[in-house]
Amino acid sequence: MAAPLALLLIVAVTIRAALFRTSLANLISERVEVVSPLNAWKRVVEGLALLDLDISPYSGDVFHETPMVIYLFHFLMDYAEITFMGAGVKFSSLHLVSQFRKQKFALEADRIPMDCLELIRSPTEMYYIPLKVAMFYLLNPFTIVSCVAKCTCGLNNAVIALFILSTMRGSALLSAIFLALATYQSIYPLTLCVPALLYLLQRLYIPVNVRRSSFWFYTLQYLFMFLGSLLVLICLSFFLLGSWDFLPAVYGFILSVPDLTPNIGLFWYFFAEMFDHFRLFFLCVFQINVFFYTLPLSIKLKEHPVFLIFMQIALIAIFKSYPTVGDLSLYMAFLPVWNHLYRFLRNIFLVSCVLLACSALFPVLWHLWIYAGSANSNFYYAITLLFSVAQILLVSDYFYAFLRREHHLTNGLYLKKKDGSEATLVLK
Amino acid sequence: MGLLSDPNRRRALIGMLTRLNAPICMICYMAGVAWFMGLAFEPFTLRTYMSENAMGSTMVEERFPAGERALATGREFAAHKKKTGGMPVDWLVRTMQARGLEVYTQRFSRKLPFPDEDKERYMVKGTNVYGILRAPRAPRTEALVLSAPCSPGNENNQAVGILLGLAQYFRSQIYWAKDIIFLVNEHDLIGMQAWLEGYHHTNTTGMDWSPLQGRGGSIQAALSLELSSDVVTSLDLVLEGLNGQLPNLDLANLFYAFCQKIGVLCTTQGKLPRNDWDTTSGYSHAVQTMMLMVLKQASSRPWGDHGLFLRYHIEAASIKGVNSFRPYKTDATTVGRLLEGMYRKLNNLLERLHQSYFFYLMPSLTRFVSIGYYMPAFGLLALILLLRALDLWVQLSSPPTRTTEDGVEVVPASPGVLSILTPLVISHLTGVALYTLPVLSQELAVEHFPVSETEAVVLTAIAIYTAGLALPHNTHRLLAGEGTEQGWKVLKLVAVLYLAVLLGCTALINFSLGFILALTLVPLAAFITPHVPKTLSAVVMVILSPGLTLLFAVFFFQELQETPVTLQEGWMLYLSVISQGILDHALYGSLLYPLAALLVYPCWLLFWNILFWK
Repeated sequence: MAAPLALLLIVAVTIRAALFRTSLANLISERVEVVSPLNAWKRVVEGLALLDLDISPYSGDVFHETPMVIYLFHFLMDYAEITFMGAGVKFSSLHLVSQFRKQKFALEADRIPMDCLELIRSPTEMYYIPLKVAMFYLLNPFTIVSCVAKCTCGLNNAVIALFILSTMRGSALLSAIFLALATYQSIYPLTLCVPALLYLLQRLYIPVNVRRSSFWFYTLQYLFMFLGSLLVLICLSFFLLGSWDFLPAVYGFILSVPDLTPNIGLFWYFFAEMFDHFRLFFLCVFQINVFFYTLPLSIKLKEHPVFLIFMQIALIAIFKSYPTVGDLSLYMAFLPVWNHLYRFLRNIFLVSCVLLACSALFPVLWHLWIYAGSANSNFYYAITLLFSVAQILLVSDYFYAFLRREHHLTNGLYLKKKDGSEATLVLK
Repeated sequence: MGLLSDPNRRRALIGMLTRLNAPICMICYMAGVAWFMGLAFEPFTLRTYMSENAMGSTMVEERFPAGERALATGREFAAHKKKTGGMPVDWLVRTMQARGLEVYTQRFSRKLPFPDEDKERYMVKGTNVYGILRAPRAPRTEALVLSAPCSPGNENNQAVGILLGLAQYFRSQIYWAKDIIFLVNEHDLIGMQAWLEGYHHTNTTGMDWSPLQGRGGSIQAALSLELSSDVVTSLDLVLEGLNGQLPNLDLANLFYAFCQKIGVLCTTQGKLPRNDWDTTSGYSHAVQTMMLMVLKQASSRPWGDHGLFLRYHIEAASIKGVNSFRPYKTDATTVGRLLEGMYRKLNNLLERLHQSYFFYLMPSLTRFVSIGYYMPAFGLLALILLLRALDLWVQLSSPPTRTTEDGVEVVPASPGVLSILTPLVISHLTGVALYTLPVLSQELAVEHFPVSETEAVVLTAIAIYTAGLALPHNTHRLLAGEGTEQGWKVLKLVAVLYLAVLLGCTALINFSLGFILALTLVPLAAFITPHVPKTLSAVVMVILSPGLTLLFAVFFFQELQETPVTLQEGWMLYLSVISQGILDHALYGSLLYPLAALLVYPCWLLFWNILFWK
């Protein structure tokens, strides 16, 4: 296990180091699909320059990172490349450990039904899952371009990975701290609070029951730790900078979406076209999208918090206001964990074709729109829409497959109708 | 969403698609070709119309009187050109200054990667001369360009004469709201490239040029004039620019509208618009015109000096004077009036030309086909690839279980990553060799073989191309063991999807190129398996390969231009086309050569690999 992983790490680092040295790095770091106004390296450099001149980095509407990030890079400026690589590598190694936990979890979950051995993953299959996850993350072209562009979403991904790891290990305090850190970076991971809580409760065999005091006690304890560390982080930022400038510049910027640079998300075109007096209403509608699905999903998946985490991360990547391909690669890295769902997936061919075609068409249509001037923004947005639809289809397909597998685990794999013929499951 | 969720209906649909895959593919291919041929049929096309309001409803009067004087200036220019043996820079500067323009010059030099035998140049040094007529009516934020090339020999002297005549006449008018730049460029496109790069402060091709001393505003539109006789019978409009880019259709409409108004015969691709669309000859005339445009666009090279403007978001076209044996002639005054009218209309523009189409084909100067009409032809061809991919996917996801002697069912193992990755990597490395080696190894080749540099480059390219066929394509067997039935299916699935994405992207940027490639590569991709007869399929594959497609295109193009060539001449032409393609890439950044070498050829090699799968 260690040898292939080491090999993988070497390959991944070599690819990144080679790309850093070529002229492609500059080209990639300008791509709107790879960097957003929120996490572009160019803007971090700008913020650092302002900080060095004793000017608030948030003056001038260029810099939108959190104060912690700028101070982190303040000390690591010379080693920026190494930091980004480190972030990627750290992610993988963390994942590796977290997957061991996940395996055990899956194994336990699968022990219940006796009649469908086919559905249960063999330990040898499970053994390679962490390696596959690391491979999916490190060799994913999306991650590579994101890393080469020095997009800071690599750091966010690493923080979320740390959060998942500590949750899987059952350490409530660390989990709360990393969740607070992730939330502090980009608000949206807030929704991960629910699955983490569900998982921790499950580990301690505390049933989710509103009439039980132990449930309330533990929930309040977790929330207290989470909110407490969030408060500490925000206060720390205030003391570092000496002003509250960062609140509107970071969180206001994320929530009110003033920068309509095209990206792979759904916001830019819609808000560029809209009349101003509808803006607030639709802003709420679009932002609620990210948070809204938490409730129904948590009710449906309350027995399976790990899958819920995956669903939440995917939904955040699709519906957040400034998505980049780096966000995509985070949830795509989880796909090997669910490879036992593969036989129930229905649209995987269609989805992968569409994702592949869209990834190739993004730069082509961008060229036609911006450089050749012969196409226009509608062409580009059409591809953005298609890309998002494919992602939603992918996530819902996995959701369906998961539910279907659960159904088969309780009812047997080969369903028969009353008259003995083979039955089919229809999703209505 | 029934199809996405109801398993029964899905199964029925997929079953039908896999069962009827071959016939559906055949129908799609024929429908695609038929659709494309139908594009030239007049009832299916739209009549051109002026979309831009600023140019449509306003009236202008053309009063340019001084055609004869312009021709005299042209003769003077010719004399000075002969005397200096190149661009008569001093004379041009003096003449332009005498006409009241702000005159500047720009020197440039460029060493070609290898000698250009068509135009006989290797170390190019030259000077561009341009004069700016400042707009009296408005701030100098926008500009128009009129250019004429200073060509060697007796070419294009009249064009320079008319340019100078128009400059003198325009200077005395008060209605100009945009700067007008009169540019005489040396060494045709190389000079134009230097000037445009200097004007926009970019340097994409590593050329040496001196910075421009004077500028106008942002250039809105440009016309390039080529005229080599005192009288013309017709004017030809050339639209195809670098990488198949076309100017806004309104520019063509403007040209046509003024030709109609002034009464000059006008053509595109050298073909007059005809009205007898319902006869066979009328239809074939339209097909010829459209095919010429398709072939020129697919060649990705600029077909006139205007071709490089398009890269900078400037609408531009070339106007060529044609003097044939027709009795009715047009004099220089009329040509001058036509240009005056066009510039006055362009002067009225309030914003860049954007109202009309950018993606179109023209079966005649009065008719056009827009992207919405021609894309289905390509879409039908691309659909074949998707259907084949679906078919392979279904075959792969339900592997046929074999029963061994013991009666135990054996599911064939899924192929290793190595058996797929090896052919992919080998093909692409061959592609990289095809892209880099010809120019790099020219000196070596010249030392060892009795050929010139240009021949060395072209012949090396052909040699590498041919050598790619003989590569050890089953190397994956050494690494991953025997190739399996599943193995080639996975490889073919990858190759088919690769081809689909590649052709789709190409067709979006340059429809003609994408369509021509699809026409030859799609049938090949659809039928190739290791089980078809080897020799016959290999011959078919070679015939349909990108290299031979180019050879056929060369013959076809000559046929359409009504200058058929013999096999020998055709072959020489083919060699020169290849060298021009490589030069276009090095000089102007045309994308055809890298696209063919780095992507299309490796993709074709993958199918070659599947044919010889063991």
